[in-house]
Amino acid sequence: MDTFGLLADGLLAALQVHNLLYALIGVTLGTAVGVLPGIGPALTVALLLPVTYRLDATGSLIMFAGIYYGGMYGGSTTSILLNTPGESASIVTALEGNKMARKGRGGPALATAAIGSFIAGLIATIALAFLAPWVVKAALAFGPADYFALMVLAFVTVSAAFGDSALRGITALFIGLGLGVIGIDLQTGQARLAFGIPDLLDGIEVTTLAVALFAIGETLSIASSRSQIKEEVLAVKGSVWMTLEDWKRSWPAWLRGTVIGFPIGAMPAGGAEIGTFFSYAAEKRLSKHPEEFGHGAIEGVAGPEAANNASAAGTLVPLLTLGLPTSATAAIMLAGFQQFGLQPGPLLFANNAPLVWSLVASLLIANFMLLVLNLPLIGLWVKLLTIPKHWLYAGILTFATLGTLGANGALSGRLGPIPFSFELLILLAFGLLGYGLRRFGYPIAPVVIGLILGPLAEQQLRRALAISQGDPLVLVHSPIAITLYVIAAIALLLPIFLRMRGKGEVLGQLAANED
Amino acid sequence: MNKLFLAALISGALALPTYAADYTIMAPAAPGGGWDQTARSMQEALQAEGISGNVQVTNVPGAGGTIGLAQFVNQSTGNPNALIVGGYVMVGAVLTNASPVSLANVTPIARLTGESDVIVVPAASELQTVDDLTAKLKADPGSVSWAGGSAGGVDHIAAGLFAKTVGVDPTLVNYIAFSGGGEALAAVLGGQVTVGISGLGEFDAQIKSGDLRALATTGSARLEGSDIPTLGEAGVDLVVENWRMVAAAPGITDEQKTAITADVEKLVTSATWKQTLETKGWQDMYLSGADFDTQLAADIDATSAILKDIGLVQ
Repeated sequence: MDTFGLLADGLLAALQVHNLLYALIGVTLGTAVGVLPGIGPALTVALLLPVTYRLDATGSLIMFAGIYYGGMYGGSTTSILLNTPGESASIVTALEGNKMARKGRGGPALATAAIGSFIAGLIATIALAFLAPWVVKAALAFGPADYFALMVLAFVTVSAAFGDSALRGITALFIGLGLGVIGIDLQTGQARLAFGIPDLLDGIEVTTLAVALFAIGETLSIASSRSQIKEEVLAVKGSVWMTLEDWKRSWPAWLRGTVIGFPIGAMPAGGAEIGTFFSYAAEKRLSKHPEEFGHGAIEGVAGPEAANNASAAGTLVPLLTLGLPTSATAAIMLAGFQQFGLQPGPLLFANNAPLVWSLVASLLIANFMLLVLNLPLIGLWVKLLTIPKHWLYAGILTFATLGTLGANGALSGRLGPIPFSFELLILLAFGLLGYGLRRFGYPIAPVVIGLILGPLAEQQLRRALAISQGDPLVLVHSPIAITLYVIAAIALLLPIFLRMRGKGEVLGQLAANED
Repeated sequence: MNKLFLAALISGALALPTYAADYTIMAPAAPGGGWDQTARSMQEALQAEGISGNVQVTNVPGAGGTIGLAQFVNQSTGNPNALIVGGYVMVGAVLTNASPVSLANVTPIARLTGESDVIVVPAASELQTVDDLTAKLKADPGSVSWAGGSAGGVDHIAAGLFAKTVGVDPTLVNYIAFSGGGEALAAVLGGQVTVGISGLGEFDAQIKSGDLRALATTGSARLEGSDIPTLGEAGVDLVVENWRMVAAAPGITDEQKTAITADVEKLVTSATWKQTLETKGWQDMYLSGADFDTQLAADIDATSAILKDIGLVQ
C-alpha cells in the first residue's frame, strides 16, 4: 500500500472514539506533569506504562504520543507565566516569554507557543512520516568532529542570549562551563570536582540548575527588592489573543523554528535544547525589531517553541528507524513498543507498517488535541498572574521545591535527626547564585547554556581526537564540519562587518553634512 | 503529589486484591534503562502472579547505580520489603567510583537475567572475522577504535579483556565511551569507529537487517537459532556476560531472606516472567543461594583485576 493509504488507515484507527479518549487523557496528563518543574514526560510515561499493558497497541501508543507532546507543551506554560522552565528545552522560552507576560502580553505569548507547537508538530510529524529514512542517513553522517563543529557554532550563536553586555554574558557562560565539568568523566570513568560527595558524581542536573536560577533566584530577588522597586506585573493588557501584528511576526519564526528543530532532534547526539538555542539566535539576528529582544519579543517565543516541538518529533526518527532512543522519554517509549513485540529498527517500516502509521496518525491527533485543549485555557492561565505577588511567589517556591524533590531529590541522608536531600541543597545554593547574578546585572541563561553545551562539546572533541589518535586535523576533515565552521565565522564576523560599514555610512553622512 | 496521584491511578487501574508481602523495588538508574526495565518487569510479574499485592518502583539514578546503592543501604537496613536491582555494571562502578558502599553491604538474593555483548563492524568494514580484528589489534592497537558504553562499564571491560586474551596490552585499547549503547550504535553505523561492542539487544536489529556484521558474542554459548559464533568458537578464550540481579536490604534475618528468596523463585518460574524474558530478549540466568554468592565473589575479583589492567582503578 502506498504511504498515503497507510496514513489514512492509521488516521481512521486513531479517530475512533475510545482512541480519541486515550489521546485526551494522555495530553491532559502530559500537560499537567509538564507544568511541574522537574517531573518530566519521561517519568510520566514510565509510571503509566503498566496501565497501557491492558490497552491494545494502538490505544497505548496514542496515549504515549499525547503524554510526550503534552509534556513538551506544559513546560512552556510555566516558563512564560512564572519564569520557571518545566524542562530544559523550554529555558529559552522563558527569556522573552516571561518578559511578555509581565507586560500584560501573557495571552499572546501562550498563544504563539501553542499554535507554534501545533504547526511545528504537524510539519515535523509529516516530515517524520515521509523523510525519516533519508533524515536518519544524513544524521548518521555526523561524526564526533562534526558534532564538535556544531557545538562551536552553538557557542558562537548563543551570544544572542547574552543580553546587553558581552563580558557579563561570557562570565555567566563560563560559570556554566565550570559547573559542567563536575561529575564522572565519561571517557575515563574518573570523578572530577566531586570532592568525595557521591551526589555530585553524576554532575549538576540541568533542570535543577534552571529551576534554581530562574525560579528561586527570581523569588529571592523579588523578596529583597519589595520596598525599593514597585514593579507592576500586568495580568492582561489589551487582548488575550494575538493581534494581526503578532501573527505577522510569529509565522516566519514558527517555520524557521521547525526547520531548525527537526533535523537537530533527529541527530543521535543533538537534543531538544540545542535547537531552541539556534532558533532564538536566528530570530534575534533576523528580527526587524532586535531592540525588543530581552524585553519581550514575540519571535523569541514563537521560534524556540516551534523548534522544541519539531525536535520532539525529530527524536522519533532515530527511534523508529534505528531503534535508537536519544532521550529518556524515547527510551521508555522503546520499552513500550517492545511490549507489543514491535521492534523499532531498520525493519520496522517493513514489518509493522500498520502500527507505525497509527503511531504517526496518533501523533497528529495528539498534536491537534493539544491545541484544542490549550487555546481556551489561555484566558484561565493568565489569571494566574493576578494572584497577589506574595502568594504567587510562595506558590512558585513550593512547586519548584516539590518538583525537584519528586524528580531526583529523594532523601539522600540524615543530618542528626533531620532527613535532608542533597538535591535541595543544590537547588538553594544555585538559587542564591541566581539572586547574586540578578543583583549585579549578569544574565542567567548563559549559565544554563554552558552547563548543557560544555560537556557535549568536551566529549565530542575528545572522542574525535581519540579516534584520530591525537591528530587535530580530524576536526576539519569532513565537509560537514568545514561548512559549520564557515557558518560560525559568518555569524561572528558579519555583524562586525555590518557595524563597520554602518559607521562608514554615518561618517560619510557627517562628511556630507559639513559641506 | 502528582506521583502519588499517578500511583493511585495505576493501582486503581490494576484493581488487585491485597496479598501478604508488599515490596518496594529500587531501580538505581533513570527510567528507561535496563535496571529500570528489570524492576518494572518484576513489579508487573509479582503483581500479575499474585506473589505480592502492591509493588512500588523507585528510581534513584546516578554513577553506575552506586548512588542508589548507597541510599538503599542508608535507608533500608533491616527492612524485609525493600529490594534493589543491580548488576555487573554496578560491580565495576563501585570500584571506579571508589564507592563507600559495595554489594557486600546488601543481601544478594539472586541473579535474574543476562545478556551477552556482541562485537560488530559496519557492513562495509574490511574486518570479516575475529581473526581479522585480532590481527589489526596486534599490528596497531590504537588504530582499532572501540565504541561502547561508559568507561569502566561492561563493554569497556569486555574490550579490555579481549585485548588481554589475545596478548595485547589492555592499556593501549582505544576505547571511545558513549552515553548508552544507542549513541555507540550511531557511531558504528556512521562508520566513525572501527568496531562496536555493546549488549546484543542494542545491535540486534541492525545485525538482522545487514547494516552491521557481528563478529562474535561474548557469551558462553550460542543463542538458540543464531549464526553468530561465540568468542570461544572463534578461538578467543573469553566469556563476559552482563547480568542483572536483585538484592535485599542489609540486616534482615535469615527467615526474611528465605521468604524473599522463595518469592523471587516463584517470580522467575512464573509464566508472566517467562513471557517478559521472551519479549525483551533477555536470557534467563537465574542463580540463587550459595552458588550465586560464589559466582558474585568471582565476578568481583575478575572485574577488579581487569580494571586495574586497563588503568581505571589504582
